[in-house]
Amino acid sequence: MTASLSSDSAAAAGDLSTSRVGKAATVSVLLGALVLAALPMVLPNYQVSVLTEVLIFAVLAMSIDMLAGYAGRTSLCHGAIFGTATYMTIWLAQDGSSIAVAMIAGVLMATMLAAVFGMLAIRTSGVYFLLLTLALGMVVWGICLRWTSVTGGENGLRGPGRPEFLNDHVSFYYVVFVCVALITLAMWRIVRSPFGLTMRGIRDSESRMQALGYNVPLHMFAAFTISGFFAGMAGALYAVFNNFVSPSAVALVLSVEGLLMTIVGGVGTLFGGFIGAAAIIALENVVSLYTERWQSVLGAVFIIIMIFAPDGVLGRLKDGFGKWTSRSSR
Amino acid sequence: MQDYFRLENVTVQFGALVAVDAVSMAIRSGERRAIIGPNGAGKTTLFNAMTGVVRPTQGRVLFDGNDISRAPVHKRSAMGISRTFQITNLFPRLSVAENVLLAMLGHTPRKFALATLPTLNPDEAERGAAALEMTGLGNRRHSVVTELSYGEQRQLELAMALATQPRILLLDEPAAGLSPRERVIVSDIIRALPRDLTLILIEHDMDIVMNLVDYITVLNNGKLLVEASPEKIKNNTDVQDVYLGRGGQDA
Ligand SMILES: Nc1ncnc2c1ncn2[C@@H]1O[C@H](COP(=O)(O)OP(=O)(O)OP(=O)(O)O)[C@@H](O)[C@H]1O
Ligand SMILES: [Mg+2]
Repeated sequence: MTASLSSDSAAAAGDLSTSRVGKAATVSVLLGALVLAALPMVLPNYQVSVLTEVLIFAVLAMSIDMLAGYAGRTSLCHGAIFGTATYMTIWLAQDGSSIAVAMIAGVLMATMLAAVFGMLAIRTSGVYFLLLTLALGMVVWGICLRWTSVTGGENGLRGPGRPEFLNDHVSFYYVVFVCVALITLAMWRIVRSPFGLTMRGIRDSESRMQALGYNVPLHMFAAFTISGFFAGMAGALYAVFNNFVSPSAVALVLSVEGLLMTIVGGVGTLFGGFIGAAAIIALENVVSLYTERWQSVLGAVFIIIMIFAPDGVLGRLKDGFGKWTSRSSR
Repeated sequence: MQDYFRLENVTVQFGALVAVDAVSMAIRSGERRAIIGPNGAGKTTLFNAMTGVVRPTQGRVLFDGNDISRAPVHKRSAMGISRTFQITNLFPRLSVAENVLLAMLGHTPRKFALATLPTLNPDEAERGAAALEMTGLGNRRHSVVTELSYGEQRQLELAMALATQPRILLLDEPAAGLSPRERVIVSDIIRALPRDLTLILIEHDMDIVMNLVDYITVLNNGKLLVEASPEKIKNNTDVQDVYLGRGGQDA
């Protein structure tokens, strides 16, 4: 028996180690990137700026998906982490810091905040995690609203404007495009790494993970902090994009919007964040032509999605595609 | 042979309920031991106290000479204490291979790696493959757990506990809920385990137990009733009263 074990273990070694990416998935991602790279050449200026916003919010949605889709924790404080980076970046930039330094400080600040929130939240799950992160996010919002001497209160803070070479919408778009592409690549590597597998293990069974020797709270802390780091990156980009920050950048609505983008795109798909961000931002732009009740519409969209497509757009596609291929191979 | 795993007067209380009541037990290295007893006797709770899922209210747990009463679950796992679960506890949305992969990575620092793909060195790959082969799952690597039959899921429970290369293996009713045919598969797997692996087995099925272990501990109502060889247990009237004989409490 032992002989037969070792004889096919070479094949088994490959089998245990590799996790292949489907061809269809690779092609779709490349196509998506190509479309995003080409669009600004045909779109009018205003829409290029909307598309820039889509890219930035896709990063926020993906950072939420890292926790929701991989570690199984639905966060409602990522808007606050995002906005903290925005505040820090603008606060430093208006004070004369270079934009790069201000952005790095913003990301660091957001990461530190995420680490603190992570320490508080990691031992909870399910609805307790949801409520705790909601409360933590509200605290940040409260501080930004009340600490007027630093944050400008309701009036917010205005930045010094973009560096000259980024003033034009299209060149700014391409800078953001490159940043977002690199960020996406990094996140993709992480969810596919042993650490990413660990997150999925925690999502499926914490008690089994512990029995296998994993320090679950430590992994959750790392996952939360890393996810916050990426939310902070989105927030720092947003600071340069918007050149203005007010408490709405750390408000609960933003966290809910981010989460909704994740869900619309498909929880646990990572790239779904782009679809979700595009859908929600497009809807917001259309809705605002007719009514000021964006938040009510957002709530309604949330309910409709949860009822009819809880797996999101990419989740649906993956499912349908899987059925189609298994049928055609029969 | 020296004492390997010791329980000294271990008591576990849940509020007013004493689930494990001052149990002392010494397991020697290489021993195969069964723990039997009626439903609610405290068998699983005893495992939980051994693996760190619950802290004993009183008493001490010692492994290889060290007091581990307060060590958390993952540290005990790293010491080589491995277990399976009575209620199947796998990663349902992952494949069989990924389940085993997680089992193998648990004791390596590579579990923290952020930028590589999850890979095994040849040694580990062979161990993982052997664990799957041994449990009859060699050709099910790419199946997602939810696609496995219940019997196969129980086999994967065993494969994951084995893949970690344990020093002591705790099996909590590995054949629970299986058909007679599947039970045979599981007992064959257990019989084929390396003879030097220390093994503690919780099992209701006396026929399985009789052939597999050197020694049996009987629990009843949280208390240790008797410890003896399988033959003696079979003929012990106290045990027949509480466990084998259908007369007393249900078994
Ligand atoms: N976490 C817990 N909290 C409260 N009570 C518990 C807990 N775990 C177990 N118990 C109780 O402790 C007693 C012993 O349970 P345990 O699961 O150890 O029994 P068992 O011998 O494994 O039974 P079975 O053969 O049914 O698996 C039971 O009355 C059970 O309800
Ligand atoms: Mg039990």
